Amino acid sequence: MRGTAPVTAEATATLAEIRREDDSLVAVLSGEWNLERPAPRFAQLMESALSAEPTGARKVRAVNVDASALGTWDSSLLIFLRQGQEYCEAHQLEFGTEGVPERIASLLALARVVPERVTDRDEPRLSPVARFGLAGIAAWDAAHVAVTFTGEVIQRGAQLLRGRVRMRWREFWVVVQSNSSGALPIVTLIALLIGVIVAFLGVVVLKRFGAGYYVSYLVGYGMLRELGALMTGIIMAGRTGAGFAAELGSMKITEEIDALSTLGISPIDHLVLPRVLGLFVMMPLLVVYADLVGIVGGMGVSLAMLDLTPTQFVHGMLTAVELSDTLLGVFKATIYGLIIGMAGCMKGLRTGSDAGAVGRSATSAVVLGITLIILANAVIDWLAALLQI
Amino acid sequence: MTRAPFAVPGPDSAPPLAVRVPDGAPPIEVRHLTLRYGPFVVMRDLNFAVNRGEVFVIMGGSGSGKSTLLKHLIGLKAPAEGTILIDGEDFGAADAEARKKVLRRMGVLYQNGALWSGLTLAENVALPLTEFTTLGADAIGDVVQFKLALVGLRGFEHFYPAALSGGMRKRAALARAIALDPELLFFDEPSSGLDPVSASRLDDLILEIKASFGTTIVVVSHDLASIYRIADRALFLDIEQKTMTALGNPAEMRDNPPNDAVHRFLTRSSEGVT
Repeated sequence: MRGTAPVTAEATATLAEIRREDDSLVAVLSGEWNLERPAPRFAQLMESALSAEPTGARKVRAVNVDASALGTWDSSLLIFLRQGQEYCEAHQLEFGTEGVPERIASLLALARVVPERVTDRDEPRLSPVARFGLAGIAAWDAAHVAVTFTGEVIQRGAQLLRGRVRMRWREFWVVVQSNSSGALPIVTLIALLIGVIVAFLGVVVLKRFGAGYYVSYLVGYGMLRELGALMTGIIMAGRTGAGFAAELGSMKITEEIDALSTLGISPIDHLVLPRVLGLFVMMPLLVVYADLVGIVGGMGVSLAMLDLTPTQFVHGMLTAVELSDTLLGVFKATIYGLIIGMAGCMKGLRTGSDAGAVGRSATSAVVLGITLIILANAVIDWLAALLQI
Repeated sequence: MTRAPFAVPGPDSAPPLAVRVPDGAPPIEVRHLTLRYGPFVVMRDLNFAVNRGEVFVIMGGSGSGKSTLLKHLIGLKAPAEGTILIDGEDFGAADAEARKKVLRRMGVLYQNGALWSGLTLAENVALPLTEFTTLGADAIGDVVQFKLALVGLRGFEHFYPAALSGGMRKRAALARAIALDPELLFFDEPSSGLDPVSASRLDDLILEIKASFGTTIVVVSHDLASIYRIADRALFLDIEQKTMTALGNPAEMRDNPPNDAVHRFLTRSSEGVT
């Protein structure tokens, strides 16, 4: 990258200086004007010229340009002269371009042909309090949109069960395929590592108290009840939730969703339901798989670090873990599936129209998905504790 | 400068009524419509009607709100102020069922085609038919083949949109737009991104559809060659005045321009009326 030289008076003084001539000032241009070199700023030159004048000097009425010593030039000179025009307009001075070469004068005139567009804002400039209020209203609107979207998906889902909605089953099977074999490698890796980490921590801590044997409780209870579902949810929010948002966001930008709407086809039926339903079906299966892989990982570490046999590990785990723990994890998975699917689709359908909009939608789908998953996990655990599950 | 007969009445005048066709209300009528883009007012107080069976062009400079107006007409945006009547019924106030019935009678060709990228051309054209008709798979296949043949894409049934050129995608999108033989057909910048020959072929198709099916066609365009060729009437959206300033036959408007902006636009010049 090219460095930027500091703009010094010496560097720019050779290009332009202001000279007094009766009741006007003359901007004397000289040298080679090049965009790659620092150029003087018209207002600075004027101010230093005016401040150097003796008190009682005649009032300046006009600024003229003398380009007789000008060498080669490019846009940097035009920018300087444009600054001059604007300065003179702001200070009610006449700006004379008679001394400017014709080509430069015509370019300056061209830049002024189309007047500055005055944007017609109905709203006045807002105070910080008003902006804070508007931000609150925007947050409320976003919450309203989210609740409306959720309600609409639930309503259309219920109508699907009653056979009143025609869903595109091909889309559903594509989602199922993508979230089965397609997701297995990453789910396997993460679940295995989580099982290993839990077992390693358990062994290190529990051995201090001579309770290393109980590491199987920790691995089984942790994976089946909490970590299997939670980690799979986070993986799928990053993988599939972002994918849904990006896919629907691209469709929004290319007007494919508008094309559905103007045909009277609901994007919820056509695009959202197959995705949400596909994830709703696949998440529990993935979580059961992740639970098993995590337990195998934890068992491997336990067997390597403790004097345990596989039978002792499994037996120890089964004495502590109940079926309800497994079912609670699977229940969480279904909720997480709904959350990820709906967050991804909602963000995708609300994608803006600029180049970065799809990326922002995908990012916010992941953030929203993970946040809601952790929130849902806390709520479900709290309810489970209340119900003594 | 004398005011041309097709100049739009001032804002205080009553909204112009369309040339009513014998069988009732005009297919599209716009009353006192204001277009906004967020807090920005793009156009104010638009009043016009589209006659049945005509090609009606919405023209104006870039950023004048042509596509925004189209989005209002096809129901993608709700009017902030004013009303849009489709066959005399307020489209914006229609309930979901009535709205769906109106949409069923519309076809839209978007600027970039907007074909569903996950479906083949045949599936793209078939989707409206499977959604809105009780036709069997064979009958739908026949319609799909015919519509694709009509736009010169016979043999491309199993291609995905990504495998086609821009012009072919637009023609395929037209086949989808006319799949249900709509009474109202909307085109958003049909010639943008097309070479002159492809653009001319699309103009031919528009005129052919109008002549053969009697379809009412609304086109958003700033392509002068296309406007002169296809338009029965045109509406000019003036970006400076922020409202419509001319309505009439484009060739007549060119010969007798109601204002400088229309003259500059229709003669592709930067000079005013001499």
